[in-house]
Amino acid sequence: MIALLLRDLRLAVRAGGGFGLGLAFFLIVVTLVPFGVGPEGNVLARIATGVLWLGALLACLLSLDRIFALDFEDGSLDLLATAPVPLEGVVTIKALAHWITTGLPLVLAAPVFGVLLHLPGPAYFWLVVSLLLGTPALSVLGAFGAALTVGLKRGGLLLSLLVLPLYVPTLIFGAELVKRGASGMDTQMPLLMLAGITAATIAVVPFASAAAIRVNLR
Amino acid sequence: MTLLAVENLTVTRGGLPVLEGLGFTLAAGHALVLRGPNGIGKTTLLRTLAGLQPALTGSISIPPETMAYAAHADGLKSTLSVTENLRFWASVYGTGPIDHALDRMNLRQLAERPAMSLSAGQKRRLGLARLLVTGRPVWVLDEPTVSLDAASVALFADAVRDHLAKGGAALMATHIDLGLHEAAVLDLTPFKALPPEEGGYKGSFDEAFT
Repeated sequence: MIALLLRDLRLAVRAGGGFGLGLAFFLIVVTLVPFGVGPEGNVLARIATGVLWLGALLACLLSLDRIFALDFEDGSLDLLATAPVPLEGVVTIKALAHWITTGLPLVLAAPVFGVLLHLPGPAYFWLVVSLLLGTPALSVLGAFGAALTVGLKRGGLLLSLLVLPLYVPTLIFGAELVKRGASGMDTQMPLLMLAGITAATIAVVPFASAAAIRVNLR
Repeated sequence: MTLLAVENLTVTRGGLPVLEGLGFTLAAGHALVLRGPNGIGKTTLLRTLAGLQPALTGSISIPPETMAYAAHADGLKSTLSVTENLRFWASVYGTGPIDHALDRMNLRQLAERPAMSLSAGQKRRLGLARLLVTGRPVWVLDEPTVSLDAASVALFADAVRDHLAKGGAALMATHIDLGLHEAAVLDLTPFKALPPEEGGYKGSFDEAFT
């Protein structure tokens, strides 16, 4: 399992691996927003939380189809499915590799991008906390969508349509946590909900993803 | 000792049976070569034996964790080197060094080259070297000699011979003669399933939910 994680991380950082793609997309989205809504600081500050969360979510979406598609094309997925490793574990590890190469850089870069959107001071801490808690769920749910569409030609659009609705609870509670934290309100409810959604997703969804892969390999 | 036993097996492709009533055994030290025209179901049979798709009827008996499967595609990562590719599969199978596989498939000189820079035949040899690092006794191989030149075919035949001599077994679909005297040939033509209009299977078989 460790070997699979290391291999996926190595593949991501080598040429053509797509590392940094999500981060670059995130930066472009955040940079485009002031062009669209105007440079007024108070307007940007009001929408910053939503834009940052939405940007992170879309950046994450961008690289989802690579989770299994490349392994399917080169035959690795067949070989992994017949290897002495549980497919549920393979799915979890590949989602973890996706989070490390896509989600984690977004978490670390979000405060910097927040400056571009005049994010209010107290919101920075809660933005990092919410993304740190929420982005693992995005990767695991994304892996489920990728598992459902693996083997489909041009399945990328279908993948987005399948996954985006599943991201709604994470988006709602993630953005709510930042808003409440920034305005000094009680953060316990969105914090627990966000953590609960991520924990439940990690515990349950890999089983569904593995089942979807087994069906798609037939 | 029997390593693989198949009884009354019916395998399906796209929900329709392609081979039916198939039965054979494979003992340690033996190889079985599957023959038959294109489309008869050799790949489907091998994928069924590997556990990638369910059989419609019949049974497959194989001790757990004894099979290594090699498909049409080699499962190589083009940006990883030959050594990195082999080390990955050795880790997945929990086996140790990969030197014997590099030497056996004549890949030592290419060890640090990225897989993307290999020729089709060299990639195939790397794919076959993966089998050696699995440490599994039963090899299930789908067209293992595609892209190989005569010298590489002989290299592969030697590797299979060694494997059999060590108590392993091999089941392979191939159209060429490997010169393996230890290998029996199973012609799949008599097991071709009849179409429904000629009295073949008429039920529906939903592959997705069985």
